[in-house]
Amino acid sequence: MDATQEGQAGQEHAGPGEGIGARARRKEDARHLHGRGCFTADIRMPGIQEVAFFRSPVAHARIRAREKPAALADSILFHDDLAGILPIVTRSTLPGYKLSEYPALAREKVRYVGEPVAICVAPTRAEAEDVAEQVSVEFEELPPVVSCAAGLAPGAALLHEQWGDNLFLETRSDNGIEAVAATAPVTVELALETARQTMHPMESRAILAFWDHRAGQLVVHMATQVPHLMRAGIAEFLGIPQAIVRVAPPDVGGGFGYKCVLMPEELAVAWLAWHRKAPFRWIEDRREHLVSGANTRQHEYRIRAYADRRGRLLGLDAEVTIDTGAYSVWPFTAGLEAAQAGGNLPGPYDLKAYRCHVRAVATNKPPFCPYRGVARPGVCFAIESVIDAVARAVGREGWEVRAENLVTAAAMPYTNVTGKHYDSGDYPASLDTARGMIGFEEFRAGPRRDARGRYLGIGFATYCEQTAHGTKVFASWGLPVVPGYDQAHVKLTPDGALEIKAGIHSFGQGLETTLAQVACTMTGVRLDDIRVTLGDTANTPFSTGAYASRGIVMVGGAVSRASEVVAARIKAIAAHLMQVRPEAVTFRDGRIHAGAASVSYAEVGHAWYTRPDQLPDGVDTGGLEVTEGYRPQVDTGLFSYGTHAARVAVDAETGQVEILDYCISEDCGRMVNPMIVEGQTFGGAGQGIGTALFEESPYDANGQPLASTLIDYLLPGPTEMPRFRIHHTETLSPYTAHGIKGVGEGGAIAPGAAIACAINDALAPLGAVLRALPASPERVLAAIAEAGGADAAPAVAA
Amino acid sequence: MKAAVFDYVRAGSAAEAAAILAADEGAKLLGGGQSLGPTLNLRLARPGRLVDLKRAEGLRSLAGDDAHLAIGAGWTHAAIEDGVVPDPARGMLAQVAHGIAYRAVRNRGTLGGSLAHADPSADWVATMFALNATMVVTGRAGTRRVAAEGFTLGAFATALAEDEVLVAVEVPRLSAGARWGYAKLCRKTGEFAKAIGAAVLDPARGLARVVAGATGGAPVLLPAASAALREQGWQAAAAGVAGEIGSVLPNSDAAARAQHAAMLRRALAQLDLTR
Repeated sequence: MDATQEGQAGQEHAGPGEGIGARARRKEDARHLHGRGCFTADIRMPGIQEVAFFRSPVAHARIRAREKPAALADSILFHDDLAGILPIVTRSTLPGYKLSEYPALAREKVRYVGEPVAICVAPTRAEAEDVAEQVSVEFEELPPVVSCAAGLAPGAALLHEQWGDNLFLETRSDNGIEAVAATAPVTVELALETARQTMHPMESRAILAFWDHRAGQLVVHMATQVPHLMRAGIAEFLGIPQAIVRVAPPDVGGGFGYKCVLMPEELAVAWLAWHRKAPFRWIEDRREHLVSGANTRQHEYRIRAYADRRGRLLGLDAEVTIDTGAYSVWPFTAGLEAAQAGGNLPGPYDLKAYRCHVRAVATNKPPFCPYRGVARPGVCFAIESVIDAVARAVGREGWEVRAENLVTAAAMPYTNVTGKHYDSGDYPASLDTARGMIGFEEFRAGPRRDARGRYLGIGFATYCEQTAHGTKVFASWGLPVVPGYDQAHVKLTPDGALEIKAGIHSFGQGLETTLAQVACTMTGVRLDDIRVTLGDTANTPFSTGAYASRGIVMVGGAVSRASEVVAARIKAIAAHLMQVRPEAVTFRDGRIHAGAASVSYAEVGHAWYTRPDQLPDGVDTGGLEVTEGYRPQVDTGLFSYGTHAARVAVDAETGQVEILDYCISEDCGRMVNPMIVEGQTFGGAGQGIGTALFEESPYDANGQPLASTLIDYLLPGPTEMPRFRIHHTETLSPYTAHGIKGVGEGGAIAPGAAIACAINDALAPLGAVLRALPASPERVLAAIAEAGGADAAPAVAA
Repeated sequence: MKAAVFDYVRAGSAAEAAAILAADEGAKLLGGGQSLGPTLNLRLARPGRLVDLKRAEGLRSLAGDDAHLAIGAGWTHAAIEDGVVPDPARGMLAQVAHGIAYRAVRNRGTLGGSLAHADPSADWVATMFALNATMVVTGRAGTRRVAAEGFTLGAFATALAEDEVLVAVEVPRLSAGARWGYAKLCRKTGEFAKAIGAAVLDPARGLARVVAGATGGAPVLLPAASAALREQGWQAAAAGVAGEIGSVLPNSDAAARAQHAAMLRRALAQLDLTR
């Protein structure tokens, strides 16, 4: 591990070896490993009613009639039964962006298979499903739009008739590509695509809402990454004040972006609890999740890249089309993916000329949700495919062309062609490290096929990931919700423990541990004596929540600042107790020292809370608790980066791909807990392997989803995971507290690209290239067949 | 999804189960439940009554003679994998069982349940077809025997009458000189196969069968490859499968044919192994 540069923060104390940088065990693990976590489905409540939805069986239709048996009038509700409810509308300031009205229950039309049409309630879920079977709806079917091409075709059926077309958003940018195109000695053209996926948190969506008569509040326990935003969204679309909504998420089992949006089902359940003043719960089952919930990742690219004869990129001309689904999710808009795709395509490369045409197309599929990496797994696959194509065109190795195009350490901070400000790092060094780890030179000197006749290849993917981007960036994407300062509350208790409260929520990132580690470093309080409470809007300060790899940067920074203030107040009281000057006070080994004297944190706590006679004159009347806010000095994002290297074997008879070795060289700035960084990276890479090889949610010509169970939708399992090897570098961000950058998404970005590049390296003797993900056996065989088949290959010694 | 309402009854014997099936056309047999359970939850199957065979007497019998071992239909994949059930096929059954889904599924799923469910991708369907095994079924009219080749009629379709229960599978005892091979293509560990190749050569018993499984319907015998195997050996059989596969799987695409042919070649290559 290497470390460079200093970050920006207050005084760090040595602490008891459990603070920033320690491989501390996670505080949250004991309850989860013992099966004693409490998720929304675990909550017991008298009189609770369970919810099931009647969902559209067709992709695009006008609703002609809806009926329910009279005996079930109160158990089945249609849109018009939900008095006062408003459609979910996500406004955007982007010019030309078109708004969709996403109703809690379908109104005049349905626009995807699985769209909720009726909400049905009963004492158990099974009975609620029985009730749902009593719903009868008459549909007048309309032609479904099931691809971008179909949606863009003249005369296409319109999802939202008032738009006049099927485009949520279309943007164009060009800074002089034509001049480059006219003179570039090398041109390559690629058409690429990535499949529609559904992201898979282990816990599906879940909501339990009830009316708390004592508090006079609608209390919402839900699986969310963004409780304070959910409070705002539920209040807005129910048309009630935020003051009477409390969102209190229990344990949340994964999110990955799927739980940072407000969905119609959740709004409908909240309406029921608000109007009936009774508890209602909906637990999304895996089929609902696959068919009508999580949709993401589907991109199409047409790229023309210009280079010199060494492979130095001169310009990139790209057309990016996003299959965005029927509606915009709230609050991240239907334009986020498109904006991110266009903005991030140049990746970690130094590029001067760039033209980009981006379209977000409405289709009769469930709405596109942000998923770990947001657009970047697709653009990484695209740009890395371009780099390898250029390398082949000029007769060089892919890594050589990468190395000569990457932004250098000397150029940092570097503002790229799309205006992204790369704060720090050594991108070529990460490539070099990964190349050494995977053993590229030895591999090239060895055989191209293994003993079983499989073709062998190595692929690289270098990426940089904008993390914890703040106000200006989100505002530039036109979002209705823009993050600013994140707050944290830190308090020393009377008996000397530390309580931290923050409005972000943890769904598995380990924030209960890492935030405590930051506070430990700043106050010297032992990790075991620090308690972290997250998410409940009733007792945490505001945060827009956990997304965009921002938690440890933003809330970690806020905890650092609040802890610093509390630490100073602790010192002032401790100094008085020891009769020394505050500057003489230090924190060490879980106690407070001044020379040979020492006091405990409990003695300081007791002095403030219960023995005020021991306090110094002029003591800070704020006491031993403080709420502080934070955002980085420069909040355009901190760029973590890395290189993934994959070595694969491709069976040309079956089309199957095996990952033989997988190496990751990564740099996310200062690591608060290297074990958690590794967990985030390996978990993300596992999802990336799903993108690369397995996950796909196809639709037929009628807009019917073909992967409605986990038999059809393949997720990588333990036997599909390679033994990841990882190397850390710590280039501290110059802009953040402690030099921290975000790390939540990076692992998921590069695997699709690295594995595809490895497959293409392996198939090079056959002349075959793969331009679509996932690399299913059928796609691999098709690529080989297109190149003339495995039999046409020149004889290669095994 | 949660299952729709159904009644539940435990059958004390196969004959009792057959009697319930005869009296109640909404009744359905429950073996290990590894396929039926999800189907119930998805409400794709909606039986009025489940007849649980778990404790039915006689379904975990082992009987036979020099030529066959009759394995009770209630034995789990795990019992076969672990050798609790002796393997008349000289290791083939244990090997196939080891590759079925995941251990949790193997712990509950049963031989008879899998064959009666007749998922085209199921391992036992192809294996028993390749071994030329015989199904023993009991119904109101008594007990009859059906060759595996006539038992699986297509995807999820068998020769079982409405009131019949599969009680045992008679598996030929392979001779000492027998050879077998089994290869399947799965997208990942534990998934249903996309292609299965099975080959059995036992000259002493007159067995030479090359079988493609996971075809989307019933397994198919490759007659030319089987003849080549009998007369010329596995290499000759393997050389011909790519040419023959199209004639036995006329509705498959080029990729599927290539995958089936690859599995058949790999199964045949295993005939070189001494087991």
